[in-house]
Amino acid sequence: MKTITLLTLSALVCGLPTARAGDITGKVTLKGTPPPEKEITQVKDDVNCGKLHNEPVKTRFYVVGSGGELADVFVSLKGISGKSTGASAPPLVIDQKGCEYIPYVAACQTGQKILAKNSDPVLHNVHPTPNNTVGGNKEDNRAQMAGGADIPFVFPAAEDFLRLKCDIHPWMFSYVSVVDHPYFAVTAKDGTFKIANVPPGKYTLVAKHRKASLTGVEQEIEVKADGAKADFTLEAK
Amino acid sequence: MPTDHHHPWLHRFAVLTALATLALLGVGGLVTSHGVGMAVPDWPTTYGYNMFFFPISKWTGGIFYEHSHRLAASGVGLLTTILAVWLWFAESRRWLRWLGVIAFALVVLQGVLGGLRVVLFKDQIGILHATLAQLFFALVCSIALFTSRWWMKRAPCAADDDDSSPQPAVLEASAPARRLVLATTLLILCQLILGATMRHEHAGLAIPDFPLAYGRLWPAMDADAVAAYNARRIETTAANSITAFQVGLQMAHRLLAVVILVCAGTMAWRVRNSGFSQPETPEGGTSNVQVLRRLAFLWLGLLLAQAALGAWTIWSNKAADVATAHVLVGALSLVTGVAGCLICFRRFSGAPGARNVPTAQGIGICSAPAGANS
Repeated sequence: MKTITLLTLSALVCGLPTARAGDITGKVTLKGTPPPEKEITQVKDDVNCGKLHNEPVKTRFYVVGSGGELADVFVSLKGISGKSTGASAPPLVIDQKGCEYIPYVAACQTGQKILAKNSDPVLHNVHPTPNNTVGGNKEDNRAQMAGGADIPFVFPAAEDFLRLKCDIHPWMFSYVSVVDHPYFAVTAKDGTFKIANVPPGKYTLVAKHRKASLTGVEQEIEVKADGAKADFTLEAK
Repeated sequence: MPTDHHHPWLHRFAVLTALATLALLGVGGLVTSHGVGMAVPDWPTTYGYNMFFFPISKWTGGIFYEHSHRLAASGVGLLTTILAVWLWFAESRRWLRWLGVIAFALVVLQGVLGGLRVVLFKDQIGILHATLAQLFFALVCSIALFTSRWWMKRAPCAADDDDSSPQPAVLEASAPARRLVLATTLLILCQLILGATMRHEHAGLAIPDFPLAYGRLWPAMDADAVAAYNARRIETTAANSITAFQVGLQMAHRLLAVVILVCAGTMAWRVRNSGFSQPETPEGGTSNVQVLRRLAFLWLGLLLAQAALGAWTIWSNKAADVATAHVLVGALSLVTGVAGCLICFRRFSGAPGARNVPTAQGIGICSAPAGANS
């Protein structure tokens, strides 16, 4: 009886924060007309990569829906540090498919493993070019044969839009934002995002986009047990 | 045993080395223009292979340019080594023998810098590598000039004890013109360093329009303006974001181009208006002054072409072949300037034995002889 009581109490105590945590949801839209995307002509000119596409390949800076829904926006809580659970988080997989990186924009935590995968029948090189080298993020350049083993990368310091690129195919590049907490998301094609399990409290939420707002648009929010909602509007400059 | 007579095959070999170096500059330019300098992640091996045995089937995408550059560099390294050894054993001019040694040291250093750029991920090394390439090319071309029959036949160091040395007063009169040749050449070198810095920061075009800059005579460079520039540019390759420094750098490059063109135009104008005309030398060869006249016009032509290529580079959104042609014509402009300096300072600086001096009005490029106005 005593054991059952203790277990019940423990479950309640442990479960309390989880039960009270809420999700932050929202949508990001783009106001204004972005510059038109360009066709990447190098793809069709490449002997190997050209075979992998029937349609012209275009740049992916502004992925915007018909109603202005903006994809690839990095949304995260500001002012939180040292809360990374990256070491135990599942790896972030970035695929090289059709001589493109998929996804184009992703996010992960410090210490979280990033696995570069090569689904192409083509040799690639994976070349992260971090800016926060002082914080410990290291530039690297690794070859990856067709069908080769996934290549792991880990970054110990937070950094927005850390670029990965392939120098063999210089049009191939993508971005990973690295944060040292688990409260972040990247908007989907419909512009929506969801940051799950945020402890209740007042926060500053920031939305950053590689082109529309590199430094970010901020919004004060309060997360309650039923979560919080925050929409953003970014402007095409 | 070194001898003091002309070695035609040594000269031809030096010319061959210079041409190979120019080709190497072109391949290196293509590497940077295509943004594929890191397409081969390892060095001195290539994807783990001895680079001379890397299978041709794997020369795909950017690897083709980078690997070709490495092989071409090895070829130039071999040619330079042979040239240095040949000079050492065949050449009687001690300073020229040592120039061969310096060329050898530079080509080794250049190879090491290229490798370190790859394994240390340093753009700064790329800038140094590009600058040293230009200087090395100028050095090899100079060696080709020094080993030529034309240079040796009229060299002041040849036994030549006549009294036709120019007088100091006349030398003084031409000194500004000599300084102009030197200053213009140094400005071209500075311009090439600026260009190398722009290219090796891998930011693409910091200013996408010409002759205006973001629609203005002088572009805004505050943080908001630069953020707006970055937001509007749609890069098809992995270019770095541009910074205010890079915008300023391109403006400096444009302004310096204007200054260089004015200097070269002044040179050509002096030549054209000197009223000087000198026939071929009694031996039937080409006189120094004739060569200088030709060089002055060639220089202006090259620099005008270079300015046009610079504009075309922008209008073509930095097309790789156009940008590389801009690098090559820049190298040829530097070498022409270096040749002009060497001829001016060596042949017309009042050194004993400057035989081929004009006998009419001074050319205004370099010094005229005593009594030239008579």
